Amino acid sequence: MATTTDFDTIAAISTPPGEGGIAIVRISGDEAFEVINKIFKGKDLTQVPSHTINYGHIIDPDNGSDVDEVMVSVMKAPKTYTKEDVIEINCHGGIIATNKILQLVLTYGARMAEPGEFTKRAFLNGRIDLSQSEAVMDLIEAKTDRSMKAALNQLDGNLSSLIRKLRQDILDVLANVEVNIDYPEYDDAEVVTTNLLSDKAKELSIRIQKLLDTSKQGKVLRDGLATSIVGRPNVGKSSLLNHLLHQDKAIVTDVPGTTRDVLEEYVNVRGVPLKLVDTAGIRETDDKVEKIGVDRSRKAIQSSDLVLLVLNASEHLTEEDKELIELTKNAKKIIILNKTDLEQKLTSEEIKSIVGNDESIITTSAIKDNGTEKLEEMIAHLFFNEGIESSQNDVMVTNARHISLLHQAKDALASVLDGIDAGMPVDLVQMDMRRCWDLLGEITGDSYNGELLDQLFSQFCLGK
Amino acid sequence: MSEIVSEENIKYDAGNYDVIVVGAGHAGCEAALAAARMGNNTLLLTINLEMVAFMPCNPSVGGPAKGIVVREIDALGGEMGRNIDKTYIQMRMLNTGKGPAVRALRAQADKHAYHRSMKKTIEEEPNLTLRQGIVDSLIVEDGECKGVVTYTGARYYSKTVVICAGTAARGRIIIGELRYSSGPNNSQPAIKLSENLEELGFKLKRFKTGTPPRVNGTTIDFDETEEQPGDAEVNHFSYETSDEDYLDVKNQLSCWLTYTNETTHKIIRDNLDRAPMFTGVIEGVGPRYCPSIEDKIVRFADKSRHQLFLEPEGRDTDEYYVDALSTSMPEEIQKKMIRSIAGLHHAEMMRPGYAIEYDVVDPYQLKPTFETKVVKNLYTAGQTNGTSGYEEAAGQGLYAGINAGLRAMGKEPFILKRNEAYIGVLVDDLVTKGTNEPYRLLTSRAEYRLLLRNDNADIRLTEKGHALGLISDERYQKFLAKKEAVEKEMNRLNHLRIKPSAEVNAFVQEHGDKPLKDGVIAAVFLRRPYVTYHTLLKFMEAPKKPLGRRVIEQVEIRTKYAGYIKKAEANVERLKKMEAKKIPLNIDYSAIDGIATEARQKLEKIQPRTIAQASRISGVNPSDISILSVYIQQGRIAKTK
Repeated sequence: MATTTDFDTIAAISTPPGEGGIAIVRISGDEAFEVINKIFKGKDLTQVPSHTINYGHIIDPDNGSDVDEVMVSVMKAPKTYTKEDVIEINCHGGIIATNKILQLVLTYGARMAEPGEFTKRAFLNGRIDLSQSEAVMDLIEAKTDRSMKAALNQLDGNLSSLIRKLRQDILDVLANVEVNIDYPEYDDAEVVTTNLLSDKAKELSIRIQKLLDTSKQGKVLRDGLATSIVGRPNVGKSSLLNHLLHQDKAIVTDVPGTTRDVLEEYVNVRGVPLKLVDTAGIRETDDKVEKIGVDRSRKAIQSSDLVLLVLNASEHLTEEDKELIELTKNAKKIIILNKTDLEQKLTSEEIKSIVGNDESIITTSAIKDNGTEKLEEMIAHLFFNEGIESSQNDVMVTNARHISLLHQAKDALASVLDGIDAGMPVDLVQMDMRRCWDLLGEITGDSYNGELLDQLFSQFCLGK
Repeated sequence: MSEIVSEENIKYDAGNYDVIVVGAGHAGCEAALAAARMGNNTLLLTINLEMVAFMPCNPSVGGPAKGIVVREIDALGGEMGRNIDKTYIQMRMLNTGKGPAVRALRAQADKHAYHRSMKKTIEEEPNLTLRQGIVDSLIVEDGECKGVVTYTGARYYSKTVVICAGTAARGRIIIGELRYSSGPNNSQPAIKLSENLEELGFKLKRFKTGTPPRVNGTTIDFDETEEQPGDAEVNHFSYETSDEDYLDVKNQLSCWLTYTNETTHKIIRDNLDRAPMFTGVIEGVGPRYCPSIEDKIVRFADKSRHQLFLEPEGRDTDEYYVDALSTSMPEEIQKKMIRSIAGLHHAEMMRPGYAIEYDVVDPYQLKPTFETKVVKNLYTAGQTNGTSGYEEAAGQGLYAGINAGLRAMGKEPFILKRNEAYIGVLVDDLVTKGTNEPYRLLTSRAEYRLLLRNDNADIRLTEKGHALGLISDERYQKFLAKKEAVEKEMNRLNHLRIKPSAEVNAFVQEHGDKPLKDGVIAAVFLRRPYVTYHTLLKFMEAPKKPLGRRVIEQVEIRTKYAGYIKKAEANVERLKKMEAKKIPLNIDYSAIDGIATEARQKLEKIQPRTIAQASRISGVNPSDISILSVYIQQGRIAKTK
């Protein structure tokens, strides 16, 4: 007996949880049609053409009651995302109706999908390759439009094409080295000296470093920029936090029954996902008007990529403020001079005289909203414009495996240079160059079999 | 062609053997000698006794990768190395400015002496019978090969058969508008054997190769060319040849370098309508690495000249081989081309170049032992397997001969892996990837070339050769002594210190380094680019017994390049892990949905035995490999029986 893939049928809500809009319940597997036909009132979906959308109602077969008015997309294998039969139920949304439909689907034959399982199937069924499936996973986890775009670009192969360009350049050098070795009497190929190899390795290393630089951004896009708001009680931390949160920019909105603190951690500031550290702490200290625990602030600062230090412009600097300035000395920070709507007793100039001219200082009145625009601009500016070339702005390395491979590739180039310094011959030094090429190929999933030889024969006219 | 009056009467039983080898080119000679030396009663059949170990193309042996194969053949007890050492007319080490992994020994051969010497060796081999005869068909019963039948009706029976038919297999020579059925160098072709193989179910492909014209050396103006003499430094292919036998440079013959020019190119371009390469007459696929001159001129139109090498074909002839001028242009055009070239303005062409098409057994039909998957106890080797080159042929012949011999003796097969020998790379490439053009070994085909060096073939393979009975006990003892001397000296260098004496520091500073403050381990000191073993001896005590130069060579290479050798060995370990992942024999690829169609077809065709082998198949992508691994691990393989 020949066993087939014996995958069971899985289902999940494939839209982010939230109020409003529509929600989609996706079913994939051999029994997808069987499942939907048990709970769908409308046409017989097994009889409709593939890739059509069909109007009808989801009913609860137990009591025959209508659950929701729906549109059902019917996609028959193999031209589907998973290469299996796929049904997508577009319901009116609302967490309760959506959950009810999912429950019915699960009751009538499907199993709850594990996170990423549709993608895993797409991969196992040969629909997408490894780097694409990684991108899909990143896409699913993407927290802002910007990170969505980074993931989408990777899916389209922007990263792949950059890596392939790098590999092609390495291949050119390698092919030349190989011609020198296999056709030593051939006078037409440039003799690759260690000098030439050294220049090439340095150049490639810079290009890889540039990609790696984007990974810091990429990581932030995926995981959020850890940000803490610090300041002594009553300087306006809470209102700043609320301002950031209440602009409809929170990526994950409130879903009843879930923990508020966890969900509210992320806010989207002009495409930069901020992961707010210790929001509970901010509320607590402001609510209770108690002396902040310096330890708690220190912890928050340590685990942050960005610190928003809030000072009260209507009061002179206190010992506590000075302590906080000292704590944030080495942190990337924005100093917010708040409450500028009141009489000013503290100026930007005075703070600059303490922290130096290079720090970003803005004045706001969180209550009256003036200046918060500036804060947002500054956050976006800090994030997008530092150390990143605009040409590469659309390609960001976000995947941990890719980052690790890029690091290894760069190390291999460093070994090339070490070898040259140690006076090693070209054909040995190129081992590390070739390793760099292999490592980059692992990112794109390209095998190298034969490529080198094809290159060799297409470029050089070889005789003896 | 032949005519048989009575099919019935002509047939007769001609004898029983353990192993029969069909064809006595470079593959067949090695196969027959190996099988016989292992103790098998062996028959070697050839179309023409004058063609034993004949060189129909360039008169040379070795070169990059190929030279290492010759050393490997020698370490396994084969004949090619010894035979070229007896008959070379020039010896050169190539790539001396590069690392030890890619140094390449190449000899110019006296092609007639080479043939005579090999023929005599075969004639003198006790278990071996050399006979002229054309094999028309195989005796196959129940899918097992039992022998061969020749055109004279002789039925020879054997336990195993090795086919090394070379370009004789349905060979067809093409010169301009002329084409005729022929083996190499106008010898008789083997037509019926190909037909028989097809009847047996083999899939044959058509390949093409070519050879340049030859000219009379007395009509060459050598002063218009550049001399390329042999080396003064002593080097041989065989580990058995003694240094004293090396030819002085003055006793070696030179090669001569010249170039094509715009006139030559114009002659060719003006006559492309008569070039079989472009008129569609040639159907076979030719090698990219050894293109014909007309091909080069079309593909690389902006090049104003191409190198040519004039190579003597032997001591007792004035015939010169015009290397890199391979062509199948009409004879008339070939003459004009030659006369346009510096040094050849007055040259008399003695024979024209030609293209030859021939049949090849698509090598996916072979197991990693070179036994065919189609017929049991039948082996193929050499150009029949889709390769080109004497060395590639000889290496395969030896390998197939060993395996045919082992099978006849009822023993386990002999496998060489990619990390053990170039022969292993060659075998694996053929049976795993197949080939779409005549296959040539290149150093870049070997992932572990730093381990597969010219200098360490004996260390890699002598043990195996001895175990097979192909290396004498005497030679084996010598080998063990060398190996021990290397180990001992390396150990000593790892314990001795070079002291920061005034002498040492003067030497170090002379080479731009800082003076030593403390003593340095001798092995570490040796890693400096400007330090050789001999300089080391100036600063430390010599070993009790002076070391031979081959021992010193090993000590130097293994010390100086230790870091890279270690990296290569780490790669081998990775390979071994993949090799350990076996693919079940009864796997049903059609049951694995996720694998791409092309990959599935390739996997079904080639039937790889390990994940490592599967990963080397072109068209099988890493994602296919991941899926395959997942399925095997999950035990989701079809268990049909």
